Amino acid sequence: MIQKNNEHIYTVSKNYRKEIADDNYYYARSCIRQNFYPGSEVAFLNILKNDLGKNVFDDPRHTTCTGIGYHSDVVPFDTIQTVVARHFALMTENGYKNFIASCVTSFGMYIEITETWKHHPEQLEKIREYLKKSTGREFEVPQNIAHTSDIIYKNRLAIAEKIKYPLVNVKTGKPLKVVDHIGCHYAKMFPDQGEGGAEFTQVLQAMIKAWGGATVDYPERRHCCGFGFRQYLVQANRGYSLSNSKKKFESMQPYEPDAIITNCPGCSMFLDRWQYVMNEMQGKRYGANNSLIPVFTYEEMAGLVLGYDPWDLGLQMHQVDCRPFLDKMGIKYDSDKMYKSKAGKIIGSYTPQCSK
Amino acid sequence: MDFGFAPIETRSIDIDIFDSRILKYVIKYEPSLLVCLSCGGCTATCSAGNLTDFNVRRMQLMLRRGETENLQTEINKCMLCGKCLLVCPRGVNLRNVVMLIKKALVIYKNQEK
Repeated sequence: MIQKNNEHIYTVSKNYRKEIADDNYYYARSCIRQNFYPGSEVAFLNILKNDLGKNVFDDPRHTTCTGIGYHSDVVPFDTIQTVVARHFALMTENGYKNFIASCVTSFGMYIEITETWKHHPEQLEKIREYLKKSTGREFEVPQNIAHTSDIIYKNRLAIAEKIKYPLVNVKTGKPLKVVDHIGCHYAKMFPDQGEGGAEFTQVLQAMIKAWGGATVDYPERRHCCGFGFRQYLVQANRGYSLSNSKKKFESMQPYEPDAIITNCPGCSMFLDRWQYVMNEMQGKRYGANNSLIPVFTYEEMAGLVLGYDPWDLGLQMHQVDCRPFLDKMGIKYDSDKMYKSKAGKIIGSYTPQCSK
Repeated sequence: MDFGFAPIETRSIDIDIFDSRILKYVIKYEPSLLVCLSCGGCTATCSAGNLTDFNVRRMQLMLRRGETENLQTEINKCMLCGKCLLVCPRGVNLRNVVMLIKKALVIYKNQEK
């Protein structure tokens, strides 16, 4: 650890440095993200293609990785391996070697499966046979597998050069305090697959610092958000899920963060939704001045600093109102257009929780 | 609003509100409690436990976690037969522990934490 200007900078240990491909990515979407935060994946593709000039292939034939089913004991390991093998086959057919996953669960699955194949080559041969028999396809194991937050992390300084709205409070001139939350399956299962490992994961906090913000280190920083599939799928068990998030919120509350940034679909969803639930259930709010804390995905945050329209990023789909954070950043927005389609048609209405 | 579920209260010990007075009193006069290895022999052989839901290990857990609200009800189930002393592999005088808890509950009943 280096101390510079009273700021602690954690250097990434060489054991936890990750190789991330530069260009030519095969993109694997997330099932749940497209429903929860539909703007994020579009923003990612736009940033990569238009702002960074990268080649990324978004394949409509791609399917779920079945990770949720696997972690809920519904889908057997052989089945998920074959599904993943099909994804790799699509990548191979399109001439790509670098695989990027939008979902942390999927990313964990791809790593778990390729690691299994490394240690058990007979398993790889078995899956090749299953895929050939079921679909007639053949595949190559990707040269590089990365999570999409790794790609934004790698290009954070290129984004910082084009920055339009830094993460600075326009009224006070101070950096905005952002809590980073890393999905468990990103680096807790295979610490060498996450930049900085499981303990000092750099992927999100490096983005925040590069874009002018300040990160918050709080006691329960590495605690799970509570998504855990079995904890959420059955309604009666959701108290377990809620309790995890509550523990985190109570721990971060004294630091009065301005926003939370996550790299996992489940974490974004639950850190956002459970704030609304805790407010409705017990009247508890965990932000400064009894407010709720807006939650962003890393693509939304990147989109905001690059000057994308907040409604194009899908911020109106959040449960917690993001507008107080946009005001702090000095971003101009039109609240009347919040729930209007491109054609000007009202697509629904909802009063986001926060100012209520 | 009823969501069909609720947050679960944490079981972690909060050192700021942890009431360790009874535990300290018991250990002061019966230090053998410190060598307990939680084998559960006392609980398995307990006469009172055979007839009621008395559980020596639960009693000790409540004591060690500072959860003293229901401790009185719990120890009242003990009939002080002393079979737990006979089976304890570490020689913990559990009968004395129960008696000391009874005394401590009286001493600290009306005292501020």
